[in-house]
Amino acid sequence: MKRMCILCCCWLAWVLGSLPTHAQPSPASVPATAASPEVPKAVTDKLNQLEQKVTAAQSSADNAWMLVSAALVLMMTGPGLALFYGGLVRHKNVLAIMMQSFALMALITVLWALVGYSLCFGGSGPVIGNFQFAVLRGVGVLPNPDYAATIPQLTFMVYQLMFAIITPALITGATAERMKFSGTMLFMTLWFLVVYAPMAHMVWGKGGFLNASLGGKFPTLDFAGGTVVHISSGVSALVCALYLGKRVGYPKQPMPPHSLVLSVIGACLLWVGWFGFNAGSALASNGLASSAFVATHFGSAAAALSWSVAEWLRNGRASALGAISGAVAGLVAITPAAGFVAPLPALLIGLLAGAFCYLMVTKFKAIFGYDDSLDAFGVHGAGGTIGALLTGICAQAVVNPIFGDGKPVGGFDGNWGQVGNQLVGILTAWVLAILGTIVILKVVDLAVGIRVPEEHEIEGLDITQHGEEAYNLEA
Amino acid sequence: MMKIEAIIQPSRFESVKDALLEIGIDGMTVTEVRGHGRQKGHTEVYRGREYTVDLLPKIKLELVLPDNLVNRAVETILKSAKTGKIGDGKIFLSRIEEAIRIRNEERGESAL
Repeated sequence: MKRMCILCCCWLAWVLGSLPTHAQPSPASVPATAASPEVPKAVTDKLNQLEQKVTAAQSSADNAWMLVSAALVLMMTGPGLALFYGGLVRHKNVLAIMMQSFALMALITVLWALVGYSLCFGGSGPVIGNFQFAVLRGVGVLPNPDYAATIPQLTFMVYQLMFAIITPALITGATAERMKFSGTMLFMTLWFLVVYAPMAHMVWGKGGFLNASLGGKFPTLDFAGGTVVHISSGVSALVCALYLGKRVGYPKQPMPPHSLVLSVIGACLLWVGWFGFNAGSALASNGLASSAFVATHFGSAAAALSWSVAEWLRNGRASALGAISGAVAGLVAITPAAGFVAPLPALLIGLLAGAFCYLMVTKFKAIFGYDDSLDAFGVHGAGGTIGALLTGICAQAVVNPIFGDGKPVGGFDGNWGQVGNQLVGILTAWVLAILGTIVILKVVDLAVGIRVPEEHEIEGLDITQHGEEAYNLEA
Repeated sequence: MMKIEAIIQPSRFESVKDALLEIGIDGMTVTEVRGHGRQKGHTEVYRGREYTVDLLPKIKLELVLPDNLVNRAVETILKSAKTGKIGDGKIFLSRIEEAIRIRNEERGESAL
């Protein structure tokens, strides 16, 4: 009896000790004490059963959170981004911009099932995945311990898919009101394969040369997609805006948002969805997820405030559009940092990002005169870049000891070299986005054409591209 | 018969309508319009881009009345539409040659 008590205590200590790591690649072998020959078989059997149940309980909890997170991230594209962008365009183009987001939900999903997931997470090459998981071969309910040991690989796969959907959808903010639907779809297909897949693999894939935990040469800290999602889409957006040229009448003709009501609703949905995006990137329902959840919320709030204050100082008023733009800028900037920074540094990142993106959108854009219609670059490209840099400064081992116990993570830990690694990641994302996008734009322009004729642009893309109107008030 | 066209501030519309109703005028045509006279517009700023909005929303009332009602109607509109600020609008009067009720083809003042 006494022996059994000791045994139970040992087991309890072992279970409690293992809970916070949540990264047991496979059910660990029975503790040494239980395996000793004096222990009756009934006890070891019972212990094994208990252990299986603990693993199953953890898997259930993690899987529940990750499925909810996947749904939250999808909600960011539709309706979140669709409403946010939809409200910012003129009423003749609202269906076209919403349709682009919606169509990407369908298009990228099919591409993801065929080759996308495999190109991002198959194999262990330094730049891009392989065809190991093409047509989802071998992707089932068993976990893939390389990435998430406690959830079915199907969950991991579908969660990552939602990121692949929203990333190209962000670019449509720069091409809004003048890019052909056919051209957009062909562009997005190629862009997903040529820019997104390698970027995701380099940063998050096993063996990727920027991967921070799975053998990267330049370990770049990117918790939820500062480089992969926001720099890649934001910088590509700038290239698209420059290639397409300005909208007819820009900047002389007024092009005010047709419904900021839609945009406010969209921004709020983005904010909520972003909890799935960032906290979900912990890939488990654990303390790290809570930490990322808090950082996300704090970053967004601080940036909404700093953008509004900047606007108040310059224009004498704080606008609704300014507040929601600031919130999104903060969410963008906190994305790479979410799982590495403490709450107060998250506030700092948000404050800086809100003011910085405000200047990019109002000053920088005006100086250079490009027509980034809905500021995809000013918010995502700029916010992603400053966020990735600040991640290198603010990351702390106490939040996430990603380089191993006791090893410093970011500048606050004294590891200022991490800022250099961040720069490599940022530079890689910029270069890949610029080169890839230029080539793809050329190809698409030759194949199906990229910009609608001027008369179609004036009439509006809803009628000319889709044959319908958003607001049939007489109907 | 005279036609009164009154362009007024949207915020005054309900009181103008009620005041006209009180003196027994209940037929009118109302349109939401945009325009400006001496009143300057305002500026709107969207992400740093400034737009001057100089066409402001107004309400246009159209009433065709028998001559004996016109003066009272004009006075009523003047009283109820006035805020004393620039942008209160204008009243235009014009003579109407004929009025025809579509339902029974009545003509003249009895068609009003």
